Amino acid sequence: MAYHRYDAVIVGAGGAGLMAAIQLAGHANIAVVSKLYPPRSHTGAAQGGISAALGNTEEDHWEWHMFDTVKGGDYLVDQDAAEVLAREAIDAVLELEHMGLPFNRTPDGKIDQRRFGGHSRDFGAAPVRRACYAADRTGHMIIQTLYQQGIKHNVNFFDEFHLLDILFTDDGQCCGVVVYEIKTGEIHTIHAKTVLIASGGYGRVFKITSNALAGTGDGVAIAYRRGIPLMDMEFYQFHPTGLYKLGILVSEAARGEGGVLINNEGERFAERYAPTMKDLAPRDMVSRFIYQEVKEGRGIDGKDYVLLDVSHLGPEVIDQKLPDVTDFARVYLGVEPKKEGIPIQPTAHYAMGGLPTNVEGQVIHDPEGSVVPGFYSAGESACVSVHGANRLGTNSLVDLVVFGRRAGRHMLEYVQNNDFVELPKNHEDFARSQVDAILSRQNGEHAANIRAEMQEVMMDKVSVVRNERGLLEARDKIAELKSRYQSICVQDRGSTYNTDLLEALELGAMLDCAETIIFGAMAREESRGAHYREDFEARDDRNWLAHSLIYRTDSGMELRKKPVSITRFEPKERKY
Amino acid sequence: MQVTLRIKRFNPETDTKPHFEEYVVDVEGTDRVLDALNQVKWTQDGTLTYRRSCAHGICGSDAMRINGRNRLACKVLMKDLGKRVTVEPLIGFKVEKDLLVDMEPFFNAYKSVKPYLIADDAPSAGERLQSPADRARFDDTTKCILCAACTSSCPITWTSDDFVGPAAIVNAHRFIFDSRDKGASDRLRILNSQSGVWRCRTIFNCTDACPRDIKITEAIEQVKRALLSEQV
Repeated sequence: MAYHRYDAVIVGAGGAGLMAAIQLAGHANIAVVSKLYPPRSHTGAAQGGISAALGNTEEDHWEWHMFDTVKGGDYLVDQDAAEVLAREAIDAVLELEHMGLPFNRTPDGKIDQRRFGGHSRDFGAAPVRRACYAADRTGHMIIQTLYQQGIKHNVNFFDEFHLLDILFTDDGQCCGVVVYEIKTGEIHTIHAKTVLIASGGYGRVFKITSNALAGTGDGVAIAYRRGIPLMDMEFYQFHPTGLYKLGILVSEAARGEGGVLINNEGERFAERYAPTMKDLAPRDMVSRFIYQEVKEGRGIDGKDYVLLDVSHLGPEVIDQKLPDVTDFARVYLGVEPKKEGIPIQPTAHYAMGGLPTNVEGQVIHDPEGSVVPGFYSAGESACVSVHGANRLGTNSLVDLVVFGRRAGRHMLEYVQNNDFVELPKNHEDFARSQVDAILSRQNGEHAANIRAEMQEVMMDKVSVVRNERGLLEARDKIAELKSRYQSICVQDRGSTYNTDLLEALELGAMLDCAETIIFGAMAREESRGAHYREDFEARDDRNWLAHSLIYRTDSGMELRKKPVSITRFEPKERKY
Repeated sequence: MQVTLRIKRFNPETDTKPHFEEYVVDVEGTDRVLDALNQVKWTQDGTLTYRRSCAHGICGSDAMRINGRNRLACKVLMKDLGKRVTVEPLIGFKVEKDLLVDMEPFFNAYKSVKPYLIADDAPSAGERLQSPADRARFDDTTKCILCAACTSSCPITWTSDDFVGPAAIVNAHRFIFDSRDKGASDRLRILNSQSGVWRCRTIFNCTDACPRDIKITEAIEQVKRALLSEQV
């Protein structure tokens, strides 16, 4: 058993975790734990841009950004948080530039900006250039820049350590984590005054996803097992343009630069559904447009995909502004985007739900917003909520830097004003028993089968369009898989880089996430943002203008509603 | 189609030296090598060990030797490889288990070139200005994903432990030629040392290995020229 003591421990070395770490480094003794090397984190896969109302290429205001965020989230966004997001985005993007991020530039040397889905001027009048970008590898440059700053500030990185448990005292104060050293199989306790979960999302619960294989919701699920509620889990975003069958993301920047979606009749169908924003309507809507086209037989050759056409943009725009995404089409589908359309279909992309927090990144545990002392979350694992029922493109990167930074700063204050508390007795037992149970079982099922069945049913019944019958089926299936998971077995029983064991542990986390997504989706008898119920097609503000908090209790799951913060913009029908 | 994977295996807990094992997989031509490895791990042998994450060539986890060339397993399609495919760990690094190597020396070399912006205080308002032409000078080297395919392909790194390797030079280049950076002389001094750029023999293996198509040898040459001319 290894024991470490740090003022603060950060789980996850993506954008949010690193941004928080940089605030703390040099002022507090901190550790950053990641199951990957930090630059492998999924922030690096983000492509198109990070929005901020800099107004570098045309007039823009943070109030417009805030409005778009609220409207894009179908009014489930907490408006106090959206105001923080839109205001502080400006300073956060400038801070990234000051750290060295190589943004594309305007002719006069400023950060260049481009259009993106759902971002508009003058409260919805027309698209606006708000997304700051570095070609189509903005996330790559963010993760690189933040990792570089971590190196510069001598951050203690625990690379390739997997989270097993989060520790709380009997009176609910967070006091550390238990982690598994992947290289050696050793279990470590990191005793800390404060813990930040920045472990990302859980797109791998679905079959077609843009997410990394590492996107398995570990931090979210482990907190949930420890009694922390999860918020708005039913809201899961399907990005309209994933490469057909593979799910690899083709950035919305392709449409921001002028790319269009085409059906089997050669029609630019988005304008039929969204006359103003057309192909740049928010993602939830465009995904449903595609679903509808396919359902009505206008998918390409009658199949379940359509084309994303960028060929008319010319080779220069494609090579300079969309090099990576067009390369994906060439490498994986053998399609030349300069000449032909790219086959695309909606792909599971982003979790709007997660650990409920306030605007300081503190995790809360009830509808009144009571905080869990010492416990923080930021980034995709968190739900502030700035994305509401549907996140706008580029806003995840804004979320990372704005709320990663806020969480880091608040944690620093916490560290300076609080002492260590004692660890609970036998604090490693729960973590160790999970690992031992899997390693010692001689017969049973391999994780891969259960995982494949989970991904299949989640994609079939719980994705772009849902109904009660399908959700019931999915609920029963996940219950069956959870029971089969109890007798899961691995072939690798060693202690060196046992990735067989890790995949089994990750599956356990994903099954918990899947279960809560379905529970939330069944309860919410309305359609809002990314949650679309065929059997309840309308938004129901009277009953459901509220966040859902899902608790794990001894008698099963329990749902409580939390009010939405509405400060500036009264809910209206969402039209684009 | 059926393909035979010959995979170099090594388990430090049971083996004294590596050996090859063969697995027959049923794949589509458009499947990635990573899909084939996953198929082995998920349906035949759960002990097979390798790193992977994003599965589309952007996170840099799964560089390995595929039919003798350093490639990302998630960026090579089975249809381009034939019926027998040999998969080995990167060479020049200590093998920890199967296809997974010790990356610590690689990251230490990266850290040794001060891979972060060294600059005067930022302006109190707004961004630092940079012209598109100045931005373009180091665009190519910003694409590096630290996968180590280049460093492991370089014969100089196979025989000498102290050469920083092409990836570290690429990342030094990214800052040396950034008009906002003031640390060029510092980095050039590091790369002028015995472990630096002069060890490069312009073999171009690195450029061939790079999954991001970075013109690595050219970047190294630019650094050499900057050292000789004492200007960036």
